Amino acid sequence: MTAAVDLLSRPWPWYVAGPLIGLVVPALLVWVGRPFGISSSFRDVCAATIPGKLEYFGYDWKEHAWRLAFSAGVLAGGFLAWQVLGPADPGGLAVAVSEATRSDLLALGITDQTGLVPRQLLSWEALGSVPGLFVLVIGGFLVGFGTRWADGCTSGHAITGLANLQLASLIAVIGFFAGGLISTHWLLPILLAGLP
Amino acid sequence: MIGRRRVAVRSLALGLAFGFVLVRSEAVSWYRIQEMFRLQSFHMYGIIGSAVLVGMASLWLIRRFDTRGPDGEALEIVPKETGGRNTRYWAGGAVFGLGWGILGACPGPIYALIGSGQTVFLIALGSALCGTWLYGALRERLPHR
Repeated sequence: MTAAVDLLSRPWPWYVAGPLIGLVVPALLVWVGRPFGISSSFRDVCAATIPGKLEYFGYDWKEHAWRLAFSAGVLAGGFLAWQVLGPADPGGLAVAVSEATRSDLLALGITDQTGLVPRQLLSWEALGSVPGLFVLVIGGFLVGFGTRWADGCTSGHAITGLANLQLASLIAVIGFFAGGLISTHWLLPILLAGLP
Repeated sequence: MIGRRRVAVRSLALGLAFGFVLVRSEAVSWYRIQEMFRLQSFHMYGIIGSAVLVGMASLWLIRRFDTRGPDGEALEIVPKETGGRNTRYWAGGAVFGLGWGILGACPGPIYALIGSGQTVFLIALGSALCGTWLYGALRERLPHR
């Protein structure tokens, strides 16, 4: 019983979460017959709503309806994990990141470090500030553009692709990290200087 | 052929489990992604690394025992094409990484965060869809190889 309570009140360690995520790869293959990958669902949504006359969206998205169902599932999983079963640490510093990260972010002006994401940057109120608007709109845009250009995201390349020993995925993952390092160490400090 | 409904139910259930783990392990958190890119904890590396190892072992077992898909089909993940300078992978990957580093969420976590109550990520999702659409429009003019 204590173990069960622990499982719901504390963040799951990497050695529990990682293997469970890894199991999604064979589970999807064996039960659905499809390789694991999330970002192609963005393409399906475009194909289903505003395909225009673009060749890239000119396919029958209903053939890939499993991806939309999977994405809906991820959304429902997030709801169950946080809204129904509650935050890992209600009322406290919700995310157990290291002290080093906390002090780095504090130095950059992230003074409120409660919640799953910083509300100074990622909230409806923050959308009215330059850093918040930039992070959500430009950040989201780059994720959606980049993942389709690279033909995969963290699930399709970093997990499935590397597990399948694909050279393409190794190159893409190196790209992901290079971009992330540039954003974190160069772009973000400039942006956060504009926090209200 | 297994029916569309069964495919949808199975996908939904697996997505639910995935989203649940993403939130419970804090992999959806902007703070965790910052911590990862600042090399200040093993947490995210442990998650991704062990997921890759488990995925790799599973694929090996599937090949070893010739496990079949729901319609009795052979299961193989066709490797993505490489060649030339592989521009699409490193350049597209870097663009994705630039976004990931500031938004702190990749596609799976974007969905999971919306479900967890961070509804402002609907804006990020809308922007990501615009990005995908623009890629579709510019595809012919972008280098891929």
